[in-house]
Amino acid sequence: MAEIKFNVNGKPQAVNVSPAMPLLWVLRDTLGMTGTKFGCGMALCGACTVHLNGQAIRSCITPVSSIAGKNITTIEGLSPDSTHAVQRAWLENDVPQCGYCQSGQIMAAASLLAKKSKPSDADIDEVMKGNLCRCGTYQGIRAAIHRASEILTASNGAANKGGVA
Amino acid sequence: MNRIDVVSRRGFLGTVFSAGAFVLGAQILPEDALADGTSGAPAWQPTVYLGLEPDGRVIITAHRSEMGTGIRTALPMVLADELDVDWKKVTIAQAIGDKKYGDQNTDGSTSIRSFYDIMRQSGATARLMLERAAAQQWGVPASQCKARDGQVTAGSHKASYGELAALAAKQPVPKKEELKYKTPAEFKYIGKGVPITDQPDIVAGKAVFGLDARVPGMVYASIEHAPVFGGTVRSVDDSEARKVRGVQRVERIAAFKPPYAFQPLGGVAVIADNTWAAMQGRKKLKVNWDLGANTAYDSTSYKKSLFETVRKPQKVARNVGDVDAEFAKGGTIHEAEYYAPMLSHAPMEPVNAVAEFKDGKVTAWAPTQNPQAVQDTVAQALGIKSQDVTCHVTLLGGGFGRKSKPDYVAEAALLSKQVGKPVQVVWSREDDIQFDFFHAVAAMYMKASVDAKGRPTAWLQRCAFPPIESQNDVTARYGGFEQGMGWSDVPFDIPHQRAENGPAEAHVRIGWLRSVANIYHAFAVQSFADELAAAANRDRVEYLLDLVGKPRTLDVQSIPPNTPGYALDTGRARKVIEAVADKSGWARKKSGPGHGYGLAFHRSFQTYVAAVVEVEIDSKGAVRIPRVDYAVDTGLVVHPDRVISQFEGAAVFGAGLALMGEITAQNGRIQQSNYHNYPVARINEAPREVHVHLMQNDAPPAGVGEPGVPPMAPALCNAIFAATGKRIRELPIKKTKLV
Repeated sequence: MAEIKFNVNGKPQAVNVSPAMPLLWVLRDTLGMTGTKFGCGMALCGACTVHLNGQAIRSCITPVSSIAGKNITTIEGLSPDSTHAVQRAWLENDVPQCGYCQSGQIMAAASLLAKKSKPSDADIDEVMKGNLCRCGTYQGIRAAIHRASEILTASNGAANKGGVA
Repeated sequence: MNRIDVVSRRGFLGTVFSAGAFVLGAQILPEDALADGTSGAPAWQPTVYLGLEPDGRVIITAHRSEMGTGIRTALPMVLADELDVDWKKVTIAQAIGDKKYGDQNTDGSTSIRSFYDIMRQSGATARLMLERAAAQQWGVPASQCKARDGQVTAGSHKASYGELAALAAKQPVPKKEELKYKTPAEFKYIGKGVPITDQPDIVAGKAVFGLDARVPGMVYASIEHAPVFGGTVRSVDDSEARKVRGVQRVERIAAFKPPYAFQPLGGVAVIADNTWAAMQGRKKLKVNWDLGANTAYDSTSYKKSLFETVRKPQKVARNVGDVDAEFAKGGTIHEAEYYAPMLSHAPMEPVNAVAEFKDGKVTAWAPTQNPQAVQDTVAQALGIKSQDVTCHVTLLGGGFGRKSKPDYVAEAALLSKQVGKPVQVVWSREDDIQFDFFHAVAAMYMKASVDAKGRPTAWLQRCAFPPIESQNDVTARYGGFEQGMGWSDVPFDIPHQRAENGPAEAHVRIGWLRSVANIYHAFAVQSFADELAAAANRDRVEYLLDLVGKPRTLDVQSIPPNTPGYALDTGRARKVIEAVADKSGWARKKSGPGHGYGLAFHRSFQTYVAAVVEVEIDSKGAVRIPRVDYAVDTGLVVHPDRVISQFEGAAVFGAGLALMGEITAQNGRIQQSNYHNYPVARINEAPREVHVHLMQNDAPPAGVGEPGVPPMAPALCNAIFAATGKRIRELPIKKTKLV
C-alpha cells in the first residue's frame, strides 16, 4: 500500500497504515509521539487536539489520508522549549492538575489566540468548551489564556518597537 | 509508633541510588506488632526512602500516585524541608509497588494525613545523623554541629551533606526521642509550597501517563466485555475480526469468579499492531453471550425498590434519644425523600496498562492509585506470587477512585502471557463508562419534628444503596464504611436522632468515587436542613449554626472511615460556616427571582468545609454558577496552592455531577457510553469563580482531594431553591424543569 506523507512539527513523515486510521493513533502508535492524548474517540473531549496548517482539529476523528501533504503541529512542536506564550502562561498559573487533558487545552488555546489575540471570556467559552477537564482546571485555564494574551501583546509591542527603531 | 533504620542499599533500593549513597529507610512498626511480640519481619513496613548522593544530590522517593493533587511533590517537599536541603537539589524517584513503603493506596484523601509525620521524622533523623557524622569527623561535640541548607557547620568546619553521607550512614539510628524538629517558623517549604515537579513536562507534552508507556515489541489490545455484568462468553466468531489490517490475534479472558473484587471481568480481546486496529477488529467480533443473572437490572424499577426500602424502618446505624417517642407527641412534622443516581468516574485518561510476562514474572506499567493491589491482583490472576509482579507507576490522567481497582492491569498481564509479548490494554471511553466500578445510586428518606422556632426536636434519616462491600461479599446488602461518611456522624445538636440503613443488592460493580457516600448523604442532610430553615423562614447561616450547636467534641473516631486523633469538633464546623458567610458577603446578598445563594456544610475526610454557591437561572431554566465560596479547615496546610486547586476542581466536579451526572441501566445494560450522553462540566458550565478560604489552623493535616465535592450538590440545589422556589430532591438537576 502506498505511503501517506505529511509533516509533523516541520519534519516530513511517511507512514504505511490504513488510510482510515485516525491521525491520533498514527501519532501515538506509529510515530511514537504520545503528547497528543486519547480521551473519547468522538471529538467530544478535545484531548487529541493538534493543529492542521495552524487550525485546531480533533485528531481522533481525522483520517490520516485526509492530511496527506499537510502540516501538523502537535504539543511537542508548539515550541522547542516550552516558550510559547500559552505554555509560559500555563506554567506561571500552575494550571495543570493531573495534566492529561492539558496538551489539548494548550493547543486549543494557542489556536484561539492565533486568531484572536485578546479573547473575551465569551470567546474563551466558545472555543474552550470543546476541551474537557475532569480535574476542573477551567478557572486556571481562563486566567492563563488572558495571561498568554498579555504576553503576546507585550512581545508584539516589543517587536513593533524594534521594527520602528 | 514509628522506627527508622538504616537499610541496605542493595536490598531495598535497587538501581535508584549509587553505591555511595546514604540511604535512610523510614519504617512504620505498628504498635500492636511490637506489643504481642509475635510478628516477624512482615510487620515491618518501611514507608519512605531518602538517598543522599556523595555529589550532593538528594533523592526522595514518592511512594504515592500522582493524579493531579500534587502529592508527588508535596510529600517529598515535607521531607526536604525537615532535612533542610535546597529543593532544587532534590530528585523525585517514583516508587514501584512494594509493601515496604507502607500503604501506597492513593485513595481516601490520606496521603498527607498518613505520611506527614513520617516524612518529617525521616528528614529530622537524617539531619541528626549528618550532624553526628560531622562531629565524629571533626572531633567536636555533636551539639556544636548544625545541619542547615545542605551543609553541616561547626565553627570553622564546614562540609556538605553529600561529603558526610558515607560517614552518616555508619551512625547509629537515633531514637525518636532524640530528634529535634523544626518549628513552624523555621519551615522553608511547608505551608508555602514549591513548584509542582511535573508541570514542565506536562506543558511540553513529555509527561508519561499510563497510556504513554512504551515497551519494545509491545502490541495493543481492545477487549469486548459482557454487556451485562456477570455475563460470560458462549462462543465467538472472530473470522472477520482477524481480517482487519493490523490485527494479530484474538484471545479470550476467563470470566471472574464471584466475589468480583478487582478481578478482570473477562471477555474477548483483539490484539493488534496498534490501538486503532485492535478497536476496529473488535467491532467485527461476533460474540454469543450468556448474559447471566443481571439482565433484569433496570434503574427505574430499582429506584422504586430503594424508596420502598427507605419508607420502612431499617437497620439502625446511630441512635440518640428516642425519635419515635418524640414523633408520637405530634406537632409539626416535615418529611422529604431524596435520590442520587449512579455515577461513573470518567477520568480523562481511560484505564489502560502495559504488562510483560516473562520467565514466570510480570512487569507492569500502569496509571494506578494502588500499585500493591496491582501486584496482588495480577499475581492472583496468573497464579504467581505478588513479589514476582513489578508495578511501575506512571502519572495518572485522573483517578477519582477508579484507578485504585486494577482489573485492567490483570487483563494486560493475562494477555501478555497468552501472546508472549508485552501488551498494552486500552479501554475505550465507552468501556470506561459502561464497565466502571460505579458510584452507587442512593435513596434517602428524612423526617423531622420541629419546635415553634422551626428547630428540630427529632430527626430521622434512612438511606439505601448497593454497598461497596459487594465487591468482596456477594451477600452484602448494607453499607459498611459508607455509614461513617456523613450519615452516622451528622454533627447536629438535636436531642433525638436516628440514622438507619436499608438493604440493597448490587447488579453492577460498585466502587468509590471522589468523596464516595458523602455525595448522597450530604445532598440529603444539607438539603433537608435547608428545607427546615425555609419552612421556618430563618436565615440559612443562622439556622445551620443553630443546628450544629455549641462548640463541643463528638466522638466519631470509632466510626470508619473516621480515624483516631480526629474527633469531630463542632467549633471548627461553626467557624467555617461563619467564615464562608463572611467571605461570600452572605449578609449583603439577597436571593431573588432567577438569582440565588445557597449554603451547605459537610465534614468529610476529617476536613470541615462550608460552601456558598451563587446561581443564575435564565428564562429557559439554564443554570449558571457565577461564584462559589468555600471555607475550609483542613488543619495544617502543607502546599496551599495545591489545596486551593483541589477545592477549585472539586467545585467543578461536584457541580458537574449535580447538574448533569447520571448513569442508568436497562435490561442490565448501561445506557450511557461517552461524553455526549454522560456529560461532565465544560468550561462554560463550570462555576466561573471559585474562592477558597483556608482557615489558619495547626491541627493535624486532614484530607484535601475529596472534601470539596460533597457540599456542592446541596449548596447548589439550595441556591436554586432560593432563586426559583423549586426544591430539587432528585439528582441530576437537569431532570427538573426550573422554569
